[in-house]
Amino acid sequence: MNELTKLTPKDFATDQEVRWCPGCGDYAVLKAVQRTMPDLGVKPENIVFVSGIGCSSRFPYYMETYGFHTIHGRAPAFATGVKLANPELDVWIITGDGDALSIGGNHTMHILRRNLDCQILLFNNEIYGLTKGQYSPTSRVGTRSPSTPFGSVDRPASPCAFALGSGARFIARAIDVNKFLPDVLKAAHRHKGAAFVEIFQNCIVYNDDVFAPFTAKENASNQLWLTQGEPMLFAGGTKGITLDREALTLKLVDVVDGNWQAAGVIVHDPKNRAVAHMLIDMPFGAFPMALGVIYDDPRPTFESAVIEQNAMASAGKSADLQLLVAKGQSWQVTKEPHAI
Amino acid sequence: MATATHFLTPEEAAADGPLESVVVRFAGDSGDGMQLTGGQFTLSTALAGNDLATFPDFPAEIRAPQGTTFGVSAFQINFGSSAIETAGDAPDVLIAMNPAALKTNVADLKPGGLIIADEGEFGARNLAKAGYEANPLEDGSLARWQLINFNISQLTLDAVKPFGLGNKEALRCKNMWTLGLALWMFDRDRAPIVEWVKNKFAKAPELAEANIAALNAGHAYGETAEIGGQLHQHHIDPAPAEPGLYRTVTGAESISIGLVAGAQMAGLKMFFGGYPITPASAILHHLSRLKEYGVTTFQAEDEIAAISSAIGAAYAGSLGVTSSSGPGIALKGEAMGLAIMTELPLVIINSQRGGPSTGLPTKTEQSDLYQAVYGRNGDAPMPVIAARSPADAFDCAIEAVRIATQYMTPVMLLTDGYIANAAEPWKVPDMAGYVPFPVTFHDRPPEEGEAVNPYARDNKLARVWIRPGTPGLTHRIGGIEKNVGTGHIDYAPANHQAMTEIRRDKVLGVADSIPDQEICLGDKGGKLVVVGWGSTFGPIHQAVRRMRKRAVDVSHVHIRYIWPMPNNLGDLLRSYDRIIVPEMNTGQLKTLLRDQYLVDARPVNKVSGQPFKISEIEAAIEQALQ
Repeated sequence: MNELTKLTPKDFATDQEVRWCPGCGDYAVLKAVQRTMPDLGVKPENIVFVSGIGCSSRFPYYMETYGFHTIHGRAPAFATGVKLANPELDVWIITGDGDALSIGGNHTMHILRRNLDCQILLFNNEIYGLTKGQYSPTSRVGTRSPSTPFGSVDRPASPCAFALGSGARFIARAIDVNKFLPDVLKAAHRHKGAAFVEIFQNCIVYNDDVFAPFTAKENASNQLWLTQGEPMLFAGGTKGITLDREALTLKLVDVVDGNWQAAGVIVHDPKNRAVAHMLIDMPFGAFPMALGVIYDDPRPTFESAVIEQNAMASAGKSADLQLLVAKGQSWQVTKEPHAI
Repeated sequence: MATATHFLTPEEAAADGPLESVVVRFAGDSGDGMQLTGGQFTLSTALAGNDLATFPDFPAEIRAPQGTTFGVSAFQINFGSSAIETAGDAPDVLIAMNPAALKTNVADLKPGGLIIADEGEFGARNLAKAGYEANPLEDGSLARWQLINFNISQLTLDAVKPFGLGNKEALRCKNMWTLGLALWMFDRDRAPIVEWVKNKFAKAPELAEANIAALNAGHAYGETAEIGGQLHQHHIDPAPAEPGLYRTVTGAESISIGLVAGAQMAGLKMFFGGYPITPASAILHHLSRLKEYGVTTFQAEDEIAAISSAIGAAYAGSLGVTSSSGPGIALKGEAMGLAIMTELPLVIINSQRGGPSTGLPTKTEQSDLYQAVYGRNGDAPMPVIAARSPADAFDCAIEAVRIATQYMTPVMLLTDGYIANAAEPWKVPDMAGYVPFPVTFHDRPPEEGEAVNPYARDNKLARVWIRPGTPGLTHRIGGIEKNVGTGHIDYAPANHQAMTEIRRDKVLGVADSIPDQEICLGDKGGKLVVVGWGSTFGPIHQAVRRMRKRAVDVSHVHIRYIWPMPNNLGDLLRSYDRIIVPEMNTGQLKTLLRDQYLVDARPVNKVSGQPFKISEIEAAIEQALQ
């Protein structure tokens, strides 16, 4: 560990010039990831960043680890091959809203249901940046873009609801410039299995301030940061979330003098899948934005099941090629063709 | 005597010497177990020492409505006492389990050939379903052939009566009854089939007993029935073969074990990413049972994920393999480009099938050659090799692995539905005779002041293969053009020119590692050469052999290395006056040959979903020489 403790965020930065637009939220995420890495205790050579296509997918080029910049939407499939071929590797997937939910929606669904051990960081900026600003599957209704000059008419996908529905066992939300991002990343890394993290990332050029209603400093009171075992409080502890036991929905309550128990505020249990669903689905505006680790309930991973089955099926068997080629019903031809 | 496939009357047989080869076709409803009957007959034929070739021909529907013409499943076998290279042209014997099977197959039968029909299935309902207005067994419309019909259904029911099966289950034994009769007709041993039935129904001994009883009853029927001269026994002597241990093998099997062998010779574990598609799935099925050979199989969510996972595994240091058929290969195109760009070893198997789009999923065609050689965006060169037969596919698979790992490139191996499903005897190879080609991973970190260069190359232009997990060699690769000297992103015009040329030259350089093109039959120079590739080997070879026996100046060249082609191929082709290229497409290799060598290659095409007949190639040869 001595050797590892010497590592600093700089050790995880490459000498490549970072080519995102000035002011892009991606810079903040890159810094947060580089800052988190030394704390994870994994050697750089055992880390692989796999990405698809899009602004965020350039990420691997800036990490001094192994990295594979692949094709649009397919990063989860490449990552699956990497992890099955070498389960010792620590695999991170970098993707965006178009990459993960539009062209690659199928792969996102399947990596989550299989539960491959990896971290999936979905940079959600609700826009196609690299192709110059078309609306994306997470853009809100009415988004004006080069392809929707009169406003988009289709309803957006909710990344976390998609993940939960696909069988994800770890779901978290974070904000590009927020100080809690490294904590969320660490929690994702601690989780054994597919850890899905939606990062609200500001696209300064095509979709600036789209998340400002909760990310702007003056709107911080609209952030509900969830912590295991802690009451669901926000707005400086003056408001909380409780369960409407008749309607079976969440509702807001005022908390007076910090007495959250009296207000009936519920305590966060990341293993409660039903509450996770309600937290993800809270309509923003009427409710705050649920952030942090929303759901965390591990179960056995895909690659461990594959390894176990491979070992079981191979037990006591030889890998002799000669045996393999001669398998099945065979017959000997002698020099003289024999009559039956 | 030619190796033609003739079923002779006793008089003819007496006049012309012993029977050399026979073509038998089993045809029935897709639920009748015809493929199974054919498969077991194949086994007993192989065990009798005959050379053989088979052609399973089944519908795309799993269980098409019973009794319909589109639900007919057929299995053809050609076996004989001399070398057999095709499944045979016209059958000598047709076993028709119902009117639909008779209707769809009888036109192929040789004039004078033998029809054996199950009259129990020729009721009004089945006749109507097959579109017969009158019963062909009774109306004289089959007069061109010899016809024997008896109630196989009833005979089967009688035979299995003691076992107390339901009517439906009892009738399922019909195929075994028929097989018993066929085994008697061609003097085949029942013992291996009995063994196989016992194994197959180990958990249901009463079913095993019933099936064996049906088999024996069919056999006994042949021995004892007095049906006059039509039904009689034939003996076909074993084909002379090189001494050694033999087994039967299908293309899907030989590719699977060839890949395993190739991975071992390269010293790699294998990762196979696949997605179910006809007729390629059999490879996924075979490999998923070979885990003790270091094989991990992954049934992906789609074709793209299948190849992508294989490329991911290749990046991580395994032999990546994916397999599909035309439509799936189309979906994999973008990922193939990435494997070319990142120069990772990968084997892509295309079991070709008929037509564009869904086309003819269970029929055979060679129409993906353009797709294999040209079918990607950008200048994306990739080696392509093609197997000629089920047994040849074993060596082709090893070659694909060798080229992929030695040159750090994806390689496409072309087979087709015919090769994948057909069986042939295979002399079990001595694996000690194969030369391994172990992979060396790059693991030496750069000197102080030097940077890691994932695009450093050897003298074959192959780049270094660095496994993630190797200390001091962290690096990034991807689909964006990389600098020729450093491996960093580089869009500069001159750099792209240089990298494109390197990718091209590297793949062209593969030609220096492959054998010169040989002549399969005939000589260098002459009036005519027939150039083929893939599964047309059998009919071309037989046709050329027959023509040469008639003193026709014709030779056979069969190309395994489609891209790049052997260094001597241009000279060889130019040594003939004329070139014809029979293909089961509209002329794809023909285009490639014209383009590469400016030779006047003439197409001979067939795209009916059925393999060439020997007679069709013979006719093409005659025509070319006019």
